[in-house]
Amino acid sequence: MHLDSSDFAAIWLTVQLASLTTLLLLVVGTPIAWWLARTRSRLKGPVGAVVALPLVLPPTVLGFYLLVTMGPHGPVGQATQALGLGVLPFTFAGLVVGSVIYSLPFVVQPLQNAFEAIGTRPLEAAATLRASPRDCFFSVVLPLARPGFITAGILGFAHTVGEFGVVLMIGGNIEGRTRVVSVQIYDHVEALEYAQAHWLAGGMVAFSFVVLLLLYTRRRSTPLW
Amino acid sequence: MHDPAAAAAGAVGIEARFRVDYPDFALDVDLRLPGRGVSALYGHSGSGKTTCLRCLAGLEPAARGRLSVNGQVWLDTQAGIALPTHRRPLGYVFQEASLFPHLTVLRNLQFGLKRVPAAQRRVDLDQAVELLGIGHLLARMPAGLSGGERQRVGIARALLASPRLLLMDEPLASLDVARKQEILPYLERLHDELDIPVVYVSHAPQEVVRLADHLVLLEAGRAIASGPIAQTLARLDLPLAMAEDASVVVSGTVAEFDPAYRLMSVRLPGSASRLRVVHAPLPPGSTARLAVKARDVSVALARPQGSSIVNVIPVRVLDMAPAGNPDHILVRLDADGTLLLARITRYSRDQLGLAPGVPAWAQIKAVSVLA
Repeated sequence: MHLDSSDFAAIWLTVQLASLTTLLLLVVGTPIAWWLARTRSRLKGPVGAVVALPLVLPPTVLGFYLLVTMGPHGPVGQATQALGLGVLPFTFAGLVVGSVIYSLPFVVQPLQNAFEAIGTRPLEAAATLRASPRDCFFSVVLPLARPGFITAGILGFAHTVGEFGVVLMIGGNIEGRTRVVSVQIYDHVEALEYAQAHWLAGGMVAFSFVVLLLLYTRRRSTPLW
Repeated sequence: MHDPAAAAAGAVGIEARFRVDYPDFALDVDLRLPGRGVSALYGHSGSGKTTCLRCLAGLEPAARGRLSVNGQVWLDTQAGIALPTHRRPLGYVFQEASLFPHLTVLRNLQFGLKRVPAAQRRVDLDQAVELLGIGHLLARMPAGLSGGERQRVGIARALLASPRLLLMDEPLASLDVARKQEILPYLERLHDELDIPVVYVSHAPQEVVRLADHLVLLEAGRAIASGPIAQTLARLDLPLAMAEDASVVVSGTVAEFDPAYRLMSVRLPGSASRLRVVHAPLPPGSTARLAVKARDVSVALARPQGSSIVNVIPVRVLDMAPAGNPDHILVRLDADGTLLLARITRYSRDQLGLAPGVPAWAQIKAVSVLA
């Protein structure tokens, strides 16, 4: 094995970042997906489009705007400074915020599909059986949407692991704090350390393959989103 | 306990005034339904019967109007009252059972049961399971049940929510004839053994004739008739009587049974007349529900002698109307308060000189026992 301590630090940081991001995404994404699946509001289209933006935007564009808004002169930066939190760029917290936004559609869309697939009938049946909307969500919607949550979790995690451009724009390259695997590979290649780059890159390929294999064998006939 | 809302509404029964406006459909009804027994909402598809039922359940958020169920106000748009569905003590049986696919039959049954406070439970698990004959299914998942089994579980699940109003949306429509026959007896037991008012949506005349005590006829989002089944089926101004197999429902008391001919006698209320029908004996004194088709009734001015027709009873002609077929006439007959319809030819009417008030004899060729 040609990996050194900085490689392992990058792997560990990536795992932490992806886990925390996935957790936050499920918490944030569930209400958004529920609203998108149920609403008849005219805002459904615009909101859905905003959520999907990270699918098409170059990560540099996303990263650039995040950097500006979270920076010392941006609105978010002003707010975090007023709260005594300092500024988010070039911190692990900043990476988490960026990752949540970057991976949002990968969590919201499978959840939204799962909620839409349930339809209104089970909700109506639950209501006629005395279940309040909140009760119904936990006793009917969550169990019925479980495959959607698993898909969303896997995709959110995997996509965050694969993040590069946004991290580089807002996280820089600080070992142990913001240097994730993808950035570490970039550094190795820059330094012509191809052996280490191979190990990490190969690991990423294997990881991604296993994740996707898991997804596609779970629901063979259904596309991911 | 004094309930001011109940005192204000005053009445036992269901008062429902609904208005729903959709781009392609409007419902506008004002109904008074009895607080017990089965009320059927009958009409063709698109007549608004399911929408009306969903309004009763609070499943149509666009509905405006007023609804009180045995004194409890569930909806009063003007007073700003709109009880959400889960606060209405009702049971709802959907057309396709709609069991929760992730729960076993038992957990499906318990879903409503455990959400009703123990003090308000009126039906227990064993009773519902026995009533619908689903004891052997409890451990199964809904996906493994037949349509008829699923529907029975759906009905039991609704009953276990201890409803004060049971709403059924064509519970038999998705089933084949054999499954219908499987479920109908359970619905009749429901009717006989539980004192829960039922509103039953159907477009099948056989089900209505068999189950309903009260009939509401819906057409294009409006109620064109509402009344007791026997009177409403016999009304000559409604499309019901025009149907080729139009029939009336007759309720009577089981009088005696002749085992030699397996002939059961049913006494008509307030009358010396009785109808006799070949049937297995029912307990004397119990109420029998009979159906008589208009085309099985003929009219004679003098009592016919030497006829193979068993049932000949004295009647008076109430009124007449043209039937759907231009050669036929519908005659409404009064047998001491029991209403019958006879479908005769125009020729016979003129030959007999039938007119309102004329006394006559009704010959009834066939009587079927519904329950």
